[in-house]
Amino acid sequence: MSGALDGLYQQLILEHAKRRDGEGLIDDFDAERFDRNPTCGDEIRMRIKVEDGIITGFGWEGDGCSISQASASVLAGIAPGLMRDDLETRIDAFRTLMRSRGTGEGDEELLEDAVAFAGVSKFPMRVKCAMLSWTALEGCLQQIDAGQTDAGQPDAQ
Amino acid sequence: MPLDETRVHELRRDFAILSQEVNGHPLVYLDSGATAQRPAPVLDAERAFLEQHNAAVHRGAHTLAGLATDDYEQARETVARFVGADADEISWTLNATDAINSVSIALAKANAAGGAEERIRLAAGDEILITEAEHHANLVPWQELAAATGATLRWVEVDDDGCWSLDDMRALITERTRIVAFAHVSNVTGQVAPVAEIVEAAHAGGALVVLDACQSVPHRAVDFHALGVDAAAFSGHKMLGPNGIGVLYLARDLGRALPPARTGGSMITTVTMEHTEYMEAPTRFEAGTQPVPQAVGLAAAVDYLEAIGMDAVEQHERELAERMVAGLSALEGIRVVGPAAGVDRSGLASFIVDGVHAHDVGQVLDVQGIAVRVGHHCAQPLHRRLGVAATTRASAYVHTTEAEVDQMIEAVAGVRAYFGVQS
Repeated sequence: MSGALDGLYQQLILEHAKRRDGEGLIDDFDAERFDRNPTCGDEIRMRIKVEDGIITGFGWEGDGCSISQASASVLAGIAPGLMRDDLETRIDAFRTLMRSRGTGEGDEELLEDAVAFAGVSKFPMRVKCAMLSWTALEGCLQQIDAGQTDAGQPDAQ
Repeated sequence: MPLDETRVHELRRDFAILSQEVNGHPLVYLDSGATAQRPAPVLDAERAFLEQHNAAVHRGAHTLAGLATDDYEQARETVARFVGADADEISWTLNATDAINSVSIALAKANAAGGAEERIRLAAGDEILITEAEHHANLVPWQELAAATGATLRWVEVDDDGCWSLDDMRALITERTRIVAFAHVSNVTGQVAPVAEIVEAAHAGGALVVLDACQSVPHRAVDFHALGVDAAAFSGHKMLGPNGIGVLYLARDLGRALPPARTGGSMITTVTMEHTEYMEAPTRFEAGTQPVPQAVGLAAAVDYLEAIGMDAVEQHERELAERMVAGLSALEGIRVVGPAAGVDRSGLASFIVDGVHAHDVGQVLDVQGIAVRVGHHCAQPLHRRLGVAATTRASAYVHTTEAEVDQMIEAVAGVRAYFGVQS
């Protein structure tokens, strides 16, 4: 069993699912987003702070499968300190990797630990798990662009 | 004849889909609770209908139209007899969700206009009673109806195992209760509701009883007349039948009192530019083109189940459920929800793996060819009460073997070690 599974559950992913880097909501924030994966119940609440176009604060709390939780933990190692445009480039790169259906390897320069999720792209049912925190972050950035703080729709189906 | 190992293996030959390998392993399909597989006689019946008799029913005068109409109405007779109903009490819907909505929307319509007759009247101060264990299909429509009429939605709470009690249900049935809606068998816990007792209590106060029979009709003998319910719903695809067809049972009195939720072609007698007269039930509830080949396929599924015998089906699944519960409960860090050992439960087991999310559990099983359901099973309030976002559910049917159940248990036994969760 482990052979087929190990492509999905890289050791780094299992470690991050336990480490949960960046867990905990920050009190001083510019955007907050709550997203849920209605089919499986994975959920995340994320807050970020942006100063002079740089991500200076990042925190999340959530509940869900190891892929979704590890993904948020990995993101916590990437986002802080980045210019927002740079961050958007990385979100796009991650999305492209997730949509590659097993053909992409990911640019380690851009994606750092997130390249460990390359194997997830072979499991279409799990791509949305990996994407959850990244789309939440994208939602935070869009809120900042729109000049509002919106907690999303907690009970959205 | 009991459904013994030899007979189960005979039946399996009718299910072509079960003979394949998934991820390099023979498929172990334990997700019949979500959708059941279809045996060859069901597929053959639909195909034969389409190749020999297909035509628009209840219109036209040519020979095929007559043959198709006969098949279609014969299917209704077959399904009606199977669930202890008369044919005019059975109308086709898209699925069970659609059937329940047909009732809730009709009640909203009847009360919006004012002057609804007493037994279907619903107003501010009246109560609709459900349980915390309901599938969203038997929950959201009642929220909507409450909002539309000013009635209050109340519910019986579940315990730590996700089960509710008859005593609690009785205590909540008051003179204000107008509708009592609940699942005959829970799709998550497998709990079996004491329907007749609830019907007695509800009817004593003049309330209607709506039964979600999705998980009972496919798996045990059900007789709506004997149970005394006023309305019931179930789906074709969960009982070896086609997708795209559900069944709404409306006891004759209620069928006469309820307005149609949907209107249009086929369900009318006279239409003028000012006014329309409707057909009698069940036709008045069947606006537009109906799922005719699906009805024929569903009747074939009923024939297939009756040939096995519903008591044999129930007994087989009870034994498998006991095997699941015993095997899973014996594992470290696994908690099976639902009725305690020895209490009636249908052929399923939902469980929580301590320290591992259900989605990850399902993945480990899937790579071994074992298909189970993971998630909230369309019952978020129940899962919230259980303290988890998701559970893993294994559900059996006529083709499920003891060996398959054992394989599933063995696979679950390896899950916590794989994810490095130790007690």
